Amino acid sequence: MLPDNEIRFDASGQAWLDQLVQRHQSRASQLLQILREIQEHFGHIPHRIVTELAQKLSIPRARIESVASFYSFLHLKPHGEYRVLFSDNITDRMLGSLPLMELMCQQLWLQPGKVSEDGLVSIGTTSCTGMCDQGPALLINGRSVTKLNHQRVQEIVQLIRNRTPLADWPADFFRVEDNIRRSGLLLDSALAPGELLRAALSSGALNVVESIKASGLRGRGGAGYFTGLKWEACRNAQGVEHYVVCNADEGEPGTFKDRVLLTRQPDLVFEGMTLCALAVGAKKGFLYLRGEYRYLLEPLQAVLQRRRNDKLLGTSILGQAGFDFDIEIHLGAGAYICGEESALIESLEGKRGVPRNRPPFPVTHGYLQQPTAVDNVETFCQAVLALHMGAEKYRAIGTAKSTGSKLISVSGDCQRPGIYEYPFGVSVREILRDCGAVNTLAVQVSGPSGVCVAESEFDRRLGFEDLPTAGAFMIFDDSRDLFEVARNFVHFFAHESCGFCTPCRVGTSILKQTMDKIAAGHGTRYDLSEVENLDRVLQTTSHCGLGRTACNPVLHTLKHFRPSYENKLKSLMFSPAFDLDGSLARARQMTGRNDAGAHLKEIE
Amino acid sequence: MKETFLLDGSTIPFEPGQTVIQAALAAGHYIPHLCYHPEFKPHGSCKLCTVKINGRTVASCTMPAEAGLQVESEIEELNALRRSLVQMLFAEGNHFCPSCEKSGNCLLQALGYDLEVHATGFRHLYPDRPLDASHPDILLDFNRCILCELCVRASSEVDGKNVFALSGRGITKHLIVNAESGKLSDTNISLTDKAMQVCPVGVILPKRVGFSVPIGERRYDQRPISAQALDDAPRQTDAGGNCAACEGTP
Repeated sequence: MLPDNEIRFDASGQAWLDQLVQRHQSRASQLLQILREIQEHFGHIPHRIVTELAQKLSIPRARIESVASFYSFLHLKPHGEYRVLFSDNITDRMLGSLPLMELMCQQLWLQPGKVSEDGLVSIGTTSCTGMCDQGPALLINGRSVTKLNHQRVQEIVQLIRNRTPLADWPADFFRVEDNIRRSGLLLDSALAPGELLRAALSSGALNVVESIKASGLRGRGGAGYFTGLKWEACRNAQGVEHYVVCNADEGEPGTFKDRVLLTRQPDLVFEGMTLCALAVGAKKGFLYLRGEYRYLLEPLQAVLQRRRNDKLLGTSILGQAGFDFDIEIHLGAGAYICGEESALIESLEGKRGVPRNRPPFPVTHGYLQQPTAVDNVETFCQAVLALHMGAEKYRAIGTAKSTGSKLISVSGDCQRPGIYEYPFGVSVREILRDCGAVNTLAVQVSGPSGVCVAESEFDRRLGFEDLPTAGAFMIFDDSRDLFEVARNFVHFFAHESCGFCTPCRVGTSILKQTMDKIAAGHGTRYDLSEVENLDRVLQTTSHCGLGRTACNPVLHTLKHFRPSYENKLKSLMFSPAFDLDGSLARARQMTGRNDAGAHLKEIE
Repeated sequence: MKETFLLDGSTIPFEPGQTVIQAALAAGHYIPHLCYHPEFKPHGSCKLCTVKINGRTVASCTMPAEAGLQVESEIEELNALRRSLVQMLFAEGNHFCPSCEKSGNCLLQALGYDLEVHATGFRHLYPDRPLDASHPDILLDFNRCILCELCVRASSEVDGKNVFALSGRGITKHLIVNAESGKLSDTNISLTDKAMQVCPVGVILPKRVGFSVPIGERRYDQRPISAQALDDAPRQTDAGGNCAACEGTP
């Protein structure tokens, strides 16, 4: 790897950049996509190229730095020829990710978060990569490696030492299994591409909206807004253009069902988007794919091309004059917050993924301030099924207020982690039985921002009436410490806070410090009451759902598993967070002391 | 006949397009705020202006005024939240009021006094934020930055220069300047820029004018911020009934 100031940027580099910018029509709204490609090409975003790019796009260079620094996978400084990021979800940890990371660091002689001195490799952690059913997992230069173990880590170390190009690594490392354990109407669907589109064209756009409304279909991303109402509002909103956006930024730790849908049923996803385009009158659609699923880009583009060839996308779809629609795939770059629909739209526009002030909402002021329907991957698939089956039959599945089926991503302590499709209304207990979970202490439903369900509540049912879920289902047996689970989630929120509003930016960091203080054995009862105070501030004043739910993991585990906190506390009412010996440690180290009284261990 | 809403029991008239805080300030009613500035489009990031409307808490700077709203602001529950937010901002940066050139003219400090914040409350984060003293006439002390983006907005919207931007995410978010060197001296900022005037705290300071007014005789040493904020609020609208800084106005 060349240091940043030695990156060769000769005529060929100039031509490459010219071509890249031209391919994106020199549009500043494509900035994130351009930066992502530069990152892939150079391994980081060289200083020199930021200057060139600012000129080519006619934007301030500070804006480029501002956008690049927002996304975890983009680097403004050299970050190693091989950039290793261990997935740091609690499920990866339960499968032994931390000792494996330690092993790799030892063998490559470097510390986590640092780049090796020869510039060869960096090793760090990243938020859940969506491989919880086949972890521990890591990303290397953006590619997912699954099923890590001692042997695989040592093989990776050798490949890195030998500077073997990623393309020559064993394909087995990158194999991602679907792990479908229980299928239903969605995963079993064998609709021919275009079948529903043809039917919808003959019955008319308005009919699509009415049928979806009648089916009772609700968004599968977690919030559960009625899809038909959303499409209708978008259709009726005034605008120069209308847009359809598929939210495939599946970032909620423990969720991986969209990964499987995009692998197994991409035609249903794109058919759903095209139906939505017909319903709302859109000519353009985007699929926002999380950066962790980079490996799906080429297969998905092949599906899009096939659909264009089959006249299911493009101009005059299925011969219907005036029905023009096409889909572009945008990749994220490591920012959980972009799963929030207005942040996702900002990111699509090439900006920092900061949630917008609402109102107005995306249905009236979305992409480029135009009416935009944003729906989850699974929602688009379910929309196709609802139209296919007809409202009445569709409503017969699930419960009164939660119609249809739901994909559940099962991970953690069980014999058969993977994807399970159930009609809404299934109980926690049934799922635990089906996946072979024993001695279960608790289940985290719908990820860190969801609910921690203890044994006494295992008869609760998944659905908008009781336990709403985006699909994550992480299982913890009685060998686990739920305090550590909550601490992992708190670290996740602090890492992923966008930093826009005061309560979330500062509050999530303070909460993280408090949990670390308790873990280090310095916690007191005062710290527990402080968590409740923080929760009040975050829940009532945060800008978006991230901040509002950031304290949930702590509050829920405190409710059910208070002893796992209390047995870590000092018996005191209060202990200062300030550690005198820890603060003096660095000075003592500089004077050459290394005795126990120098407290060198406290230097991070 | 203008439409109205209720704020803590008082009737507040509003113009179409005004947000709750704009209408409240124009009518002579103070709601605490930091990132809101009457000359700029509401931002909604500091959350100090959080109020309760029909039982829900929302930022009053971005909430469009609507007829019949029941808004609560001056209640202990909300002031307790505001105190925590001010404490968070003090804990996040490095604020040494006694030696700060902005002491007495600082909105964060004035709000702290007005809301009766008596202690820091949270553990300080002590971030490492080196100064930028490269410019001959202007000093940047990032230690005091509260990330309100007013300088970013002023430089882009008024000065047309884009001197400032935000970098990083979450707690690592920080102010940067638009220069290849990253130094203020390599930007085209000038002392007369709007961006020089809008910083509510003491980040952007002209050099060589330190302490020309003694501490004790400065703006918020005279009267609390709650009394003075109303002086800055736009009371007039133009002939078309639009107020210059209202949401949705081009």
